[in-house]
Amino acid sequence: MNSSSNNIKYVVFKMENEYYGIDITKVKSIEKIQYFARVPNAPTYVKGVINLRGEVVPVVDLRLRFELDYREVDTNSRIIIVFVNELEIGLLVDSSSEVIEINSEDIDNPPVVKESATDGFIKGIGKKNDNLIILIDIDKVIGIKEVE
Amino acid sequence: MDMNQYLDMFIEESKEHLQFMNEHLLNLEKNPSNKDLINEIFRIAHTIKGMSGTMGFNKIATLTHEMENLLDAVRSNKIVICSEIVDLLFSCLDVLDDHISNIITSGNESDQDNSELVLKLNNKLNDKLNGNKLDAKSNSSGKNTNLSYVDLDEYVIKTIYKANSEGLYAYRMTVKLSKSCLLKSARAFIIFNTLESYSEIVHSVPPTEDIEDEKFDYEFSLVLVTERSKEEIRKDILMISEIEDVEIDEVLFDSSSIKEEIQTGDETHEIVEEDDDSSLEVVIANKGATFEKKKTNTNIIGKTVRVDIDRLDNLMNLVSELIIIKTRLEDAGKVESNNLNETIEYLERITTSLHDAVMKVRMVPIERVFNRFPRMVRDLAKELGKEIELEMSGEETEVDRTIIDEIGDPLIHLIRNSLDHGIENPEKRMKIGKPPIGKIKLRSYPDGNNVVIELEDDGSGIDLEKVKKKAVEKGVITQLEAKELNDNEVIDLLFVAGFSTTDSVTDVSGRGVGLDVVKNKIESINGIVEVETSKNKGSKFSIRLPLTLAIIPALLINIKEEIYALPLSSIREITPVKMNEIRKIQNQEVVLFRKNTLPIIRLNRVLGIQDSVENEETTMVVVKKGEKEAGLIVDKLIGQQEIVIKSLGKFLLGIPHLAGATILGNGQISLILDVNSLF
Repeated sequence: MNSSSNNIKYVVFKMENEYYGIDITKVKSIEKIQYFARVPNAPTYVKGVINLRGEVVPVVDLRLRFELDYREVDTNSRIIIVFVNELEIGLLVDSSSEVIEINSEDIDNPPVVKESATDGFIKGIGKKNDNLIILIDIDKVIGIKEVE
Repeated sequence: MDMNQYLDMFIEESKEHLQFMNEHLLNLEKNPSNKDLINEIFRIAHTIKGMSGTMGFNKIATLTHEMENLLDAVRSNKIVICSEIVDLLFSCLDVLDDHISNIITSGNESDQDNSELVLKLNNKLNDKLNGNKLDAKSNSSGKNTNLSYVDLDEYVIKTIYKANSEGLYAYRMTVKLSKSCLLKSARAFIIFNTLESYSEIVHSVPPTEDIEDEKFDYEFSLVLVTERSKEEIRKDILMISEIEDVEIDEVLFDSSSIKEEIQTGDETHEIVEEDDDSSLEVVIANKGATFEKKKTNTNIIGKTVRVDIDRLDNLMNLVSELIIIKTRLEDAGKVESNNLNETIEYLERITTSLHDAVMKVRMVPIERVFNRFPRMVRDLAKELGKEIELEMSGEETEVDRTIIDEIGDPLIHLIRNSLDHGIENPEKRMKIGKPPIGKIKLRSYPDGNNVVIELEDDGSGIDLEKVKKKAVEKGVITQLEAKELNDNEVIDLLFVAGFSTTDSVTDVSGRGVGLDVVKNKIESINGIVEVETSKNKGSKFSIRLPLTLAIIPALLINIKEEIYALPLSSIREITPVKMNEIRKIQNQEVVLFRKNTLPIIRLNRVLGIQDSVENEETTMVVVKKGEKEAGLIVDKLIGQQEIVIKSLGKFLLGIPHLAGATILGNGQISLILDVNSLF
């Protein structure tokens, strides 16, 4: 294996002053905020559905999914469209601006914290230029089982 | 070679061929002397044999091969066709059908063993050829079982049998490669080559493909037919290096033993196996099987629609027009604006035609559902001892593919009902002065934006009194209520769950899971069922279906700022209602509407929206689910519109009261409410 294959690219986004990263191969696009149609009786973290170029795509408010405080969307808010389990799903985040490469050697195992809301969502902690980036396991975050 | 890419095509075509065969067989039954039909069936069997052979579906190939033999004898006047033969051909058809359906679901032929059928076919052929003079002389079957039939298919058995009768030897050999052998498949290839130079290999375990792919341990076994002796072959094989051991046994059995088994009703499988290594073989065979299972998981066959090329051309033309209009719109933006209106009108025309064209692509003739009924009616009539003629018309009527898939079961149910409960026995029919042959008419025709399917029989009709009595017995209604019901209301009782009027439960129908299922299914695809009946004259079921499910007319409503769509098909009427007329009875709000109490559903509460300030008057949309009605309180009506149904996707699956979403003219999303789930 050469060194470049050890580098994985991550889309980095921000929530509550923390940086998070998603494996770029799972990301389809990043969209600006648009009109959400609320989905009644859905889990609270489902923000609604959006019209993404003629397709109806559900959007998950990642803040609520991670049990962070609710925050109104603003001009910096972004919807990251991910493609997981043959599903297209949007993730509402505070802001997202860059893609970075992290070498697998710079990734630590997630801290073991029992009964935290994000338990199991975190794949690892990436280190890049003194910043810590929480790498999330997107499959777990929007596991279909959890939606009931 | 990877055949997966051809699998879809194979399935489509085989289905078509089997359908034709079915039709021709039905016709043949009516005109047994028609040589053209025989030729046609022969040709189809031949085509299927060829196709399945290429695809490696050997069971189908052998079965059709035997069918061919029989048909050929009929064709050349060696055998006279009789109902037994037709029945036999029908059962072959069923087995073929079964294989194909299994291929569709799993990619493999079904496990069903068709050796019995093959032998029957063979027997029939021999019987007839020998003028029914079959010697039942019992030869002692002493030496015939070095070989267990279990792992040999009928093709192999037949070949061996033939070889024996021609004075050739059949051997079963097990070759063990030495453990140090590195290129097992190459070694096997040399063995095969050597053997093939003077013998015919008729069977191998594991199959040749697997051997080529090195999917075996150090051992494989073969069945071959040759004129050389055991010793010669053994010497030849041992000459090849890296071979540990070769075991060769002669396989011998004569014709009488096969026939005897059938005559005494013995299953071929019951022959005792003696050698121990056969168990080993089973293990190897099993390994092969599990491997194949893994492989098949990847090729689940999707739904396909065969499209007439003209329709696609039309679609293509429209899309090219769309591109032209796009450039025109770009220009119109630059120059003066009076061009714009014209361009938009043009665009509108194109999109309407495009919509039409795409819808047409999804349409398939209802024949697809209908064509299995003649056979079904024939079989059922035979089973029930009734004489029934099925008359079908309007098979060319086109319906959306999704509907085709849904409508089959309800129709089968209704037809079974007609046959079982509707049409009387021939004797009874004669007694009341009807022709002995019962008649069932199946008709389909387009009617505006709907397709109507009618099923009419000239049987006894529905005994309304009996229905009432049964309903009282089952506690569906009270005696008092029964008296007050009019005919239509009695008929509606038939559609209540768990209701069945037959006294005896037959295999055909009357298990109590009857018409309610039919009704639910049809309503789930936005259709309706109507019944007309008159005593001793027969009954008529009419099913009315929308042409397509993808686009429906809907009523858009406001609840606070949110917009929801209600399918028009479930709306009865819209009316204003005064708030002070709403009463509360046992926690259920009701309103007196047209002299009936109508339960009220406040949509905002269902959808988790706060109550708005109470106005004196509000709008109520009366919706129906079957015969049940309810009033939905909404804030504002927006209007009626054709909407395109989009699925909410797996992620939001299971959220109550939603049937999907649609995108409105301004790009905003509106959710479609599932009215049926509201009450």
